[in-house]
Amino acid sequence: MMLVNNHILTLIVFVPLVGAALLALLPVRGRSMQWGALAVTLLTFLLTLHLPAHYDYIAGGMQFESNHLWLASPAIRYHLGVDGLSMWLIVLIGLLAPFGVLASWRAIGDRTKEFYVLFLVQQTAMLGVFVALDLFLFYGFWELSLVPMTLLIAIFGRTESRRRAAMKYFLYTFITSALLLVAILWLYARTGTFDYTVLAQMAAAHQISTSAKALWLASLAFLLAFATKVPVFPLHGWLSDAISEAPTAAAMVLVGELGLYAILRFSLGIFPAESHRIAPLMIALTAIGVVYGALIALAQTDIKRLIAYASLSHVSFCVLGIFSFTIAGINGSIYQVINHGISGGALLLLAGMLYERYQTYDMRDYGGLAQTMPWMVTLFVITTLALIGLPMFNGFIGEFLVLSGAFQTHPRWTILATVGVILGAAYMLWMVQRIFYGNVAPKLSTLSAGIDMPDLSDREQITLWPLAVLMLILGVFSPYFLRAIDTSAVLLADKPPAAAAPHVVVLSSATYALPDSSTDSAQGGK
Amino acid sequence: MLSMNVIRLLPEIILTLSGVMVMLEEPMLPATRSRKSLGWFAIFGTLAAGAASLWQLHFPVGTAFYGMVQVDAFSVFFHLLICAVVLVTLLTSLDYFEGFATHAGEYFALVLFGATGMMLMTCSVELLMVFIGLEISSISTYIMAGMRKGQGASAEAALKYFLLGSFATAFFLYGVALIFGATGSTGFAAIAAGIPTAKAPLLVVTSFALMLIGLGFKVSAAPFQVWTPDVYQGAPSPVVGLMSTAPKAAAFAVLLRVAYTAFPTLQHRWSILIWILAVLSMFVGNLCALLQRDVKRMLAYSSIAHAGYILVAYTAYQADGIAAVCFYTAAYAAMNVGAFAVITQVSGVKESLSNIEDYAGIAQQRPMLSAALALFLLSMIGIPFTAGFFGKFYVFTAALHAGHLWLVVLGLINSGIACYYYLRFLISLYSPAPSSRAELLRGKPLSFAAAAGITLCVLATLAVGIFPGHVLHLASRASDITAITH
Repeated sequence: MMLVNNHILTLIVFVPLVGAALLALLPVRGRSMQWGALAVTLLTFLLTLHLPAHYDYIAGGMQFESNHLWLASPAIRYHLGVDGLSMWLIVLIGLLAPFGVLASWRAIGDRTKEFYVLFLVQQTAMLGVFVALDLFLFYGFWELSLVPMTLLIAIFGRTESRRRAAMKYFLYTFITSALLLVAILWLYARTGTFDYTVLAQMAAAHQISTSAKALWLASLAFLLAFATKVPVFPLHGWLSDAISEAPTAAAMVLVGELGLYAILRFSLGIFPAESHRIAPLMIALTAIGVVYGALIALAQTDIKRLIAYASLSHVSFCVLGIFSFTIAGINGSIYQVINHGISGGALLLLAGMLYERYQTYDMRDYGGLAQTMPWMVTLFVITTLALIGLPMFNGFIGEFLVLSGAFQTHPRWTILATVGVILGAAYMLWMVQRIFYGNVAPKLSTLSAGIDMPDLSDREQITLWPLAVLMLILGVFSPYFLRAIDTSAVLLADKPPAAAAPHVVVLSSATYALPDSSTDSAQGGK
Repeated sequence: MLSMNVIRLLPEIILTLSGVMVMLEEPMLPATRSRKSLGWFAIFGTLAAGAASLWQLHFPVGTAFYGMVQVDAFSVFFHLLICAVVLVTLLTSLDYFEGFATHAGEYFALVLFGATGMMLMTCSVELLMVFIGLEISSISTYIMAGMRKGQGASAEAALKYFLLGSFATAFFLYGVALIFGATGSTGFAAIAAGIPTAKAPLLVVTSFALMLIGLGFKVSAAPFQVWTPDVYQGAPSPVVGLMSTAPKAAAFAVLLRVAYTAFPTLQHRWSILIWILAVLSMFVGNLCALLQRDVKRMLAYSSIAHAGYILVAYTAYQADGIAAVCFYTAAYAAMNVGAFAVITQVSGVKESLSNIEDYAGIAQQRPMLSAALALFLLSMIGIPFTAGFFGKFYVFTAALHAGHLWLVVLGLINSGIACYYYLRFLISLYSPAPSSRAELLRGKPLSFAAAAGITLCVLATLAVGIFPGHVLHLASRASDITAITH
């Protein structure tokens, strides 16, 4: 078991890469690529499940570490580790991959080899981001994650503007990451180490630099790169094009996870004081982002673009939780990222399935599908309810935690964000209404004239039901998942240096109340 | 003493002899015979020269031929680099000139002679010797640029390169004359010793500036870059691969030796000059590359930008700056020679693919080649786990250590701009092809030699990108370039 624990992270990260290499060498025959990719992603997912099964919840902190010297000069270490922040995110990425493969099963008919090889390389890069504890290694995976995604959008995009969308995505993220690299190099020049754990300790002891201005600039470079990847309003310029062009499997992991994790781990970990300093601005931006995303989503007629702006609204919500610096807020934001991955992913899958049938994402072309596709509408409604935060579903827990956390520190902005939540229900339900109810749109009836558009196939059922079940499980058994997240959130949430003691007491009591209240509401639902 | 002299020039001697042999053999072969055998002979000559360079490491650092050349880790590093570039170039262009059978022999001999000149440049510690090396390498490359005889573009390239190149060499020679006038010597160590007592300090400064102009032409740093796009566009692809890397590496090596060992006391002056050259080169190269549609022109501008990145490292007046220069030239050689090798293979002697759009669909017809090209492009962008990333990393770290924060920021902004055009090309490779072109793109199957050459580049790009330790170790050994007085 020691052996497994020491190498499990390396295995998780590199199994997809090895799989990609194997697929590249295999000939394309029938669905060989699909089966191969499915096997690799399932294996990766099983490996990621090792983490929650063997994580020591009582000890907390970094576990499953492997730490080897990679380069002597500059001192770059191959340092991997997992703690409560990243553990469930890794499982999430592992979980979404097989669904991505299943969703692409027929949607990607041409050039399957390129698609699945890129898809698996993307897996490696993303998993690497979550486990790397050496800043340099992290940066490596961070940049690497950009390449396959860009190519997936550029090659397999839906319309002629796919190259433009890909380029936009790449430039936004690459240029801000270049500044991140300057900041990383500066940190190295000051401290002589890239190791996150060492840097975090030095930061806590205020040993990194005596120049407040330099630290401030470096923290901004970090935050800018991460916020662009999330994206946080107003850095979301790439988002709607990228999402609406990206194939479903890629779009599922395009938004949120990486950037949010990076903010939590590196911005908060290495620049705690500076993060507090910028918190009011971030809170304002994210609260605006929540409402702005929701308002734009309301105005969309394209399903993919609606999802894109809904995602902006959702991830802004998550960042709001982080910068509240309360345990509930941080817990909630991680929880909400997981929810976003699952429910948002399911929504993209559903939209993709509609597109496979009718070749359009325009809602005005749809209508009245509820009669012909009972299964589709059932799952669509479940997903919608989860996304708008109905109690008993996962979204409720996340939203509740974030709002209650943020309300303690920034009540006004939180009220604004709550408006976004209400708007969220509006655009989601309106979308359901426009697609599934009302009269059958004339265009749809001509499209399906003579051809009976089938309801969900077995493969599609297999793709969607596990996600739907997970939405319920995450909604009901939240304490199980929050147990690990809590261990890390406690360390990040605070105690501002000047804060009075009673404030801290209020915070911690609020946290303890939260998991209970969520279970209560869940049980009340039963 | 003589034997030590011979050992210290052994790589050059081997290359010259192989070149002469190829030249002598060429007319004896019947006109209809393939010239490949000569190519293989040249390849073995290059390998032997590389082995000889490695062997030199076993001997103590020292000078030969009365202080004309100095063999140290620095010269060996660049010797090996030049050998590797020449090796890959020869492997990937073995049958390039098969259509023009009469020129194939000359081509192999010229490559070897050119390499001899470049090697001489990197080990010379005396300005006249540098000049001789520079001329040998330049004249060979002038001729090679015009190897596609009968093609207007190729002739234009050769003539332009020749005229502007001679002009640049004249600048260099003028600088040599002035410093001889000021210090009474052309040896690096003697110049460094003579500068503090030089009667006319203005001569010294002017002399360095003139030499910088001459070498600036050779490395195509802005504002001396005007010849680059035309020459690269017109010259045969394998030759461009060679001349965008090996002669540049040699010129960078000369610039390092001259700046650090002959003019160390002028550091505050030349580092400003180089700062300006670096920023100009990066911006001119990257911004102009954005506008190009022709692939070779685009890569020409990209090579100007890469020269700018390398110059960034010069501003760090420290050992890690020199090491960064060495490392970057090696990384750049791996990816650039590789990229031109792929272009040679898919485009053929007719240079049938010129525009970026022409490459659409290559990925379906030739998946392995386009994957290799994609890797080289990613490396030029500076994506982690490729050679180009560590190259940029060391260059910018060195500059940052020296306190040039703004230079680093400008450099990174430039690498952001650069990724646009590399990516455009990369995406084009993987775009669907118009079906009418499928036949054209299929091309002839890859020969063993070409496959080996490209594989070498791929492995080098990845190995340097994942385990840069070995090359860095060599580069830091090479960074000790103190001139020995004898």
